[in-house]
Amino acid sequence: MSSSIPVRRFDTLVIGAGGGGLRAALQLAQAESHVAVVSKVFPTRSHTVAAQGGMNAALANVLPDNWHWHMFDTIKGSDYLADQDAVEYMCRAAPRLVVELEHAGVPFSRLDNGKIYQRPFGGQSQNFGGDQAARTCAAADRTGHAILHSLYQQNIHAKTHFFDEYLALDLIRDESGYILGAVVIEIETGEPLIIEAKATLLATGGAGQIFRTNTNAHINTGDGLGMALRAGIPLQDMEFFQFHPTGIAGKGMLITEGARGEGGYLLNKDGERFMERYAPNAKDLASRDVVSRAIYTEVKEGRGCGPNADHVMLKLEHLGPEVIQKRLPGIRATIQTFLHIDPINEPIPIYPTAHYTMGGIPTNRYGQVVAPLGNTAEETVPGLYAAGECACVSVHGANRLGGNSLLDIVVFGRAAGNHIIEFLEENRYHRPLTGDSVDKAMARLARWDQKGEGESVKQVRDDLKKTMEDYCGVFRTDEVLAEGVDKVIELEQRLENARLRDHSKVFNTARVEALELENLMDVAIATVCSAHARKESRGAHSRIDFPDRDDERWLKHTLFFKEERRLDYKPVRMKPLSVDSFPPKARVY
Amino acid sequence: MGANPETSERDKARLQWRCRRGMLELDLLLEPFVENVYDKLSEEEKQQFHALLDFQDQELLECLMLQKKPEDGRLNGIISKVRSTV
Repeated sequence: MSSSIPVRRFDTLVIGAGGGGLRAALQLAQAESHVAVVSKVFPTRSHTVAAQGGMNAALANVLPDNWHWHMFDTIKGSDYLADQDAVEYMCRAAPRLVVELEHAGVPFSRLDNGKIYQRPFGGQSQNFGGDQAARTCAAADRTGHAILHSLYQQNIHAKTHFFDEYLALDLIRDESGYILGAVVIEIETGEPLIIEAKATLLATGGAGQIFRTNTNAHINTGDGLGMALRAGIPLQDMEFFQFHPTGIAGKGMLITEGARGEGGYLLNKDGERFMERYAPNAKDLASRDVVSRAIYTEVKEGRGCGPNADHVMLKLEHLGPEVIQKRLPGIRATIQTFLHIDPINEPIPIYPTAHYTMGGIPTNRYGQVVAPLGNTAEETVPGLYAAGECACVSVHGANRLGGNSLLDIVVFGRAAGNHIIEFLEENRYHRPLTGDSVDKAMARLARWDQKGEGESVKQVRDDLKKTMEDYCGVFRTDEVLAEGVDKVIELEQRLENARLRDHSKVFNTARVEALELENLMDVAIATVCSAHARKESRGAHSRIDFPDRDDERWLKHTLFFKEERRLDYKPVRMKPLSVDSFPPKARVY
Repeated sequence: MGANPETSERDKARLQWRCRRGMLELDLLLEPFVENVYDKLSEEEKQQFHALLDFQDQELLECLMLQKKPEDGRLNGIISKVRSTV
């Protein structure tokens, strides 16, 4: 055990300061638990700020609604891979949590009668698949921002201790499997610090940065996912990554479906409206996965646009300036800012973009991390919790519905906070800091001090992201994925030989990026191996060679272990808490 | 910014880290600007850029996409410069 490293002690350590982490920290701080939050950037710069859409709750303020319908929609949307007990819990809790956020100062948009306004989103229905429902509460187009700021202010008030600009390296685990906190580094000084805690919560968000084209902030490098894998904990359902068909090519930002809803359509290099071939009826408004695969196929078969023939075009000009200015002002501002063209005059270069990590660290509905480490499939890892996009509880299953991610983070952030309070009552003292995890974390850090010739981190990262996009993106077959597995493993070996040129400690962001790349690498391997193994199409995982869902063989969760890249499976929890189970049905909209 | 090259390199790294934001759009606007343009700015412009970085993410994005004017009109120039380097 490295004895020279300073130690700080808290009851609870929360890693990540987005909505999930801050909601849990608030619950704990208000219960007078001594809680530390570690965040690699300033907390209000977490990716939760980018969630503009809103948060689902069956308030029935605009149209009839109830939590049971919301539950049905979520399970159907998940392509029946969601755990039904967790979904029931989330949908029942939703109305109460919206009201609670409102009382805490989140300025939800209102109706004339003073009630919270609710907008309709895709996948929402009344009466178990009937008419469109209106379930999404929003604070204009800044819902995530409003929630995050409210939670941050409340945490400051409740005296949560923040470690801003600290990067978590690895979990500390003793021989009997308890998680005792984490080794972190202060980015400013580069110095390591041990944060000891009786309970640790991972809330580090998603890992969109494993793909070249993605909608995620650069901070979304799956740090908590890598930490879990290195601590021997499997990742669940990593093959399910939500892609959006219309990202800005080469940059990744989202162009909402609204652009096609208003009458925009896609063109290949020959000026052909190619969606007519792939979906003769729905054309450009076919479902996300169909449009994404069509774009990929056009590019792959040489009909892409631009000097590298690597994208297609979204045409809006025919809508006329008035429609574009009035109905699509945000899209126009984005295009003008980043491409210096005006969609009133020119088409937009488009390519599918990776958006949301459905898989993650397996947890139960209390936020406890569960894994088949002993005799059963879901044994709790004592002292370890996870919430938000890094967790897989699983409420999104194979496909997440819009408006359910902000809900997920507040519901399960709070649930984890509550369970940790109970855990702390039963575990009053810090356990002795034993085991070799600290030494291993320090070795991981020291490895980047090696001098000499070697590849750059940036080169390996760029190649990894391109490889994941080409071999584990929207077009998946056995052949493509098998090649992807080989290529990513090759990249992992290349990473071992990568070297930093800058070995200073103070504010060495190159070193931080190298450590992030190790996380991306672990997550990418988990993703491509899980995708290669699942021989069916379900939700976001779409296999050309296995186009149908196969409930008989594949209605089960994937578990990927880093050690020997082993895969295991566990059953989906089909039994809700109080109502009847929703059995799998064809998913037709 | 210090004259010592070592110090100024660290200051640059610190500045780059402050440009890591919660939204991809901001990362793509700010990071290349610091990498390629920041060093050529006047001291006054550098101060203005630092003032922009103090904005909250949502407000910063709205200003940089010209959907909102900053309260301090003196920042319009630096906003145009950031936009022109994307």
